[in-house]
Parts: sequence; C-alpha cells; structure tokens
Amino acid sequence: MDLLAAGVREALRLLVSGDAEVVAILLLSLQVSGAATLISLVLGIPAGAALALLRFPGRTLVVSAVNAGMGLPPVVVGLFVTLLLWRSGPLGAWEILYTPAAIVLAQAVIAAPIVMGITLAAVQNVPEKFRLQLLALGASRTQMVGVVLREARLPMLAAVMAGFGGIISEIGASMMVGGNIKGQTRTLTTAMVLETGKGNFEVAIALSLLLLVLVFGVNWALTAIQQRRVW
Amino acid sequence: MIAAVLALRDVRRRYSDGYALDVPSLDVFAGEILGVIGPNGSGKSTLLRILGLLERPDAGQVIVGGRAVDARDALAERRRMATVFQEPLLADASVADNAGLGLRFRGVPAAEAAPRVARWLERLGVAALAGRAARTLSGGEAQRVALARALVLEPEVLLLDEPFSGLDAPTRAALVTDLGAILRADRVTTVLVTHERGEAQALADRVAVLMDGRLRQLDDTARVFYAPVSEEVARFVGVETLVAGRVLGREAGVTAVEVGGRVLEVAAVAAAGARVRVGIRPEDVTLTVAEGARVASSARNALDGTVTRVSASTHATHVLVDVGFPLVAAVTARSVNELGLRPGARVRAVFKASAAHLIPA
Repeated sequence: MDLLAAGVREALRLLVSGDAEVVAILLLSLQVSGAATLISLVLGIPAGAALALLRFPGRTLVVSAVNAGMGLPPVVVGLFVTLLLWRSGPLGAWEILYTPAAIVLAQAVIAAPIVMGITLAAVQNVPEKFRLQLLALGASRTQMVGVVLREARLPMLAAVMAGFGGIISEIGASMMVGGNIKGQTRTLTTAMVLETGKGNFEVAIALSLLLLVLVFGVNWALTAIQQRRVW
Repeated sequence: MIAAVLALRDVRRRYSDGYALDVPSLDVFAGEILGVIGPNGSGKSTLLRILGLLERPDAGQVIVGGRAVDARDALAERRRMATVFQEPLLADASVADNAGLGLRFRGVPAAEAAPRVARWLERLGVAALAGRAARTLSGGEAQRVALARALVLEPEVLLLDEPFSGLDAPTRAALVTDLGAILRADRVTTVLVTHERGEAQALADRVAVLMDGRLRQLDDTARVFYAPVSEEVARFVGVETLVAGRVLGREAGVTAVEVGGRVLEVAAVAAAGARVRVGIRPEDVTLTVAEGARVASSARNALDGTVTRVSASTHATHVLVDVGFPLVAAVTARSVNELGLRPGARVRAVFKASAAHLIPA
C-alpha cells in the first residue's frame, strides 16, 4: 500500500514539475496515435460508407472481414508490419522500422477496421428511403453520400473514440515495430512496461495516470460534442 | 396537340415476385394535376419512381421535355422534378436547412436560397418553425416542410407519392385544402399517387386508374368517377350499386333498362337488347318515406323498397335497400333518425336518370 501511495506522490511530482522525459513521451504518444487515427479516418470512413451503400457479390464476406478486423490483435499487426518493414521485406526500402512512422503505420492498420466497421453500421442505420428522398430532391450520388454521412455523424464520433482509444492504449504493435527506443519511439505504454520491469513504479504510475487522463479527456471532449448535438 | 412535359412509352417493370408494371403510354401535360389511383400493390409507387427517374424500367422510355432519358445518367433531368413521399424523412438539421436542401444540391447561393425558403415555409404555414430542429416536428408539420422543400425548387413536375396517407384525418383535410390551393394558384404540374380516391377527386384534373400494374382508365376526373369503364374500376371509384340489367329501348331521351324486375330510366345511350351493368353511386341516391304523394323532383327513378342493412362509417351511413335489386344509398346520421332507417323499414329510393351509368356486361 505504501508503494502505491509513494508512487502516486512521486507521479504527481513528476507531472507537476513537467519532467522533460515524461512530457516527451506524452507528446510522442499523442502525435503517433493522433496521426494514426487521422489516417484510419481518411481510409475508414469512405471505405465504410462505400461498403454500406454498394451492393456487390461477396459483400457479406467483406463485411464479416471488417467486423472481425475490429478485434485485430495488436501483436499480430505488429508482427506483420515488422515483417513488411524488415530490411529484406517488401517495404524494407522505406527504412522506417523502429521509427515513429512505423508505429503510425501499425496503429493505423489496427484502427482502420474499427473506423470502417462503425461507419458501416452508422451509415446503414440511415434509412434507404431517406437516400431515395435526397435523390428525389436532385442530389448527385456524391451529395447524397455527403448528407448521409452528416446524418450519421453522431454514431461516427464513436468511431473516432473507439479508434483513438484502441491505439493510444495498445502496446504489442508499438513495442514490436517501434522498439521502445528512448527519446525516439518510447510511448506511454511501452515506457510503462519498461519502468515497471525496472521496478520504477512511481514513473510507471505517473505514466498510467497520464494515459488515463488522456483517454478520458479525448473521450470527454468528443462526447460533449456528441451529446450537445450542436452541428 | 400539346407536348407532354413528362411521358412514358411502352414502360415495363417486372419484379421477381411476379408483380409487373406495364404502361404503354402515359402523358403528363403542363399545368395539370394528374391523379394516379389504385389499390395498394397496384404499382403506383413504382410508376412514380420511374417518372421521377429514381428507378429504371426494364423496357420502354421515360420522356422528359420531349427527350428520352436514362435514369442512370439523368441528374439534370432529375433536377427538373421533385418528389414528396408518404413518409417525410427530414435531415437532422433545422427546418430551414431542410427546406433549402434541394437548392443547395443545385448550387444556389445561400443568400439567394434563404428568401425563397422563407417564402415557401410561409406558404405552407410553417414559417414559425423555421429555426426548429426538424426531428421535433409532428407528422403534419414534417410533411408541410417536405412539401416546402420540394416546391421551393419550382419543379417542372411535382411528384407526390401518398403524401397525405400518414396523417390523421383533420391534419390530412387541412393539408389537402392548402396544397390544392397552392397547386392551382401556381399551376404546378403534378402527379399525385394515392389509394384514397377522395384525394384524387378533390385535387386532380385527370385520373389514371392503375390495377395490377395496368392502366384501366385514364380520363377527366369526373368521367372516371361517374363513367367508369369497367366493374373493377367502378368499384374502386366508389360505385357501390352494380347490378346486371337489360336494355329495353330508348324513348324521349331516356334509355329504359330492366333490372331485377324494375324498369330504370337512364340517361346513357345503349342499344336495345344489350346486356349491361348498371352502376349508381351511393351519394346520388336519396331516401324518403315510402308513403304519401309523389315527391316533386327532377329525378326519373323512384323505387319503393325495404331496408336490409344500415352500416355507419366515418363519413356517411350507407343503407342497403332491396328495391327488387340491392341498391346502396349514402345518408346522413340525421336522416337515419328522421326516417327511422333500420332493417325492415319501408323507404322510397330516388335517383336521377343521369346518376345511373351503364357498363357493358
């Protein structure tokens, strides 16, 4: 119990004093997971919307694959992204293994199916009759999809929350493709594993508090938007 | 011959469940209100979607402004029309934003769109709701907004698919009146699809009767309601008395038709000896007490009989009278009381020669 209390005290001290290393880790985590979330939105929203609106043979199979992909284990993604980026691998020429870019790539792969799956469900929830009414008012296909996405904007905020929440807290992929290199690819979660292993519980606690506050803060902001329904 | 603004030629549409639409020819002329009536499942909505370029027929042509167009590639033509559906599905936005949706699709600048939207919300009586969230409206209000968002586009053809069906009776009556006034004042070319024949009777200049995917009659509204071409159409447009008869001959401007042992005087012309069905609308039959002097009236037919059934409905009470054949009369609740109408009562049924219509048997 003393260990925990001392840990929390030290953690608060580290946070309040703005420890340079902790701040650097926090910023890197935010940047990496933020960028990965953005990429997953750019890819996942159009793909999810297309999947919701188009009918083609094998569609059910693709939808099932996307839904399964929402639970993709980060370690598995880490392994395959590592193999892709390995010096002799297909993307070895990029030379990004063990850089933040590799973590962004891996996390985007984890988040994209989540964004896609939630978008798919949200768009499918907009009645088909509504789409017909938009066309009947003279909407082009693109305008129709635009309005439908706008209709689905509230459930789609859940896609952002789920995507970001899933990757800011994942560790397997970050560890494998980032390598937890101090000052370069050390994120909140990889640092926590390291510090806990070394017995530096107070640092680990500080980092875990930061992670919790971060996840809560982002979700709080998005939820506020969602619940206020302002736009 | 005036050119049609919108027309169908040899249009066919088939569905896997065997249901099919088959329309050799249909023209919509500028400024008219064309009613399309028929029972549920007769293909009315499909017909309207094909007219609105929202669905492609399997065969045939949709002709917009004299040119055949393909629904797959017809954004410009689709934008010359606007459809309002039974269910007003509004976007999750303000009433004004919803009403301006079609203008936005057409790239009309917001500054130009706003006054037009305001004017049409005003005309449909929902100007006070402009700032409200569309999802908070009642069914009647939402349908008025849906009509405003279509009418603000000033479409060359307004397509209405059962726009009043989802509304309760008083709301519906008010909307039918208001919309009718707007359509007539602006001479909006309109196709109104409905299974409620009364709506077509109230609004349409011409009526097409669609049954089992086929046009059974297309004529001026009065002709369809008072001179239906077949027994099926007659039943659908509310002719409740339909009895077999035989034409005896024509004399002094009236045709004598024998029905159930009685001789009716009918204005319609038919050859002696012809087998016919005689159709009479219930509202054209008046009931009086059977006893007493002859009623001074221009009506040619006065038949005494016995009431066999009295059935009250929301609009009027229908009384079935056996006058040698079953004759249905529509009467008011007041008449039911005053005349003591109940099964077994003796009454005199009176109707004009022009009220009886002959359908070839």
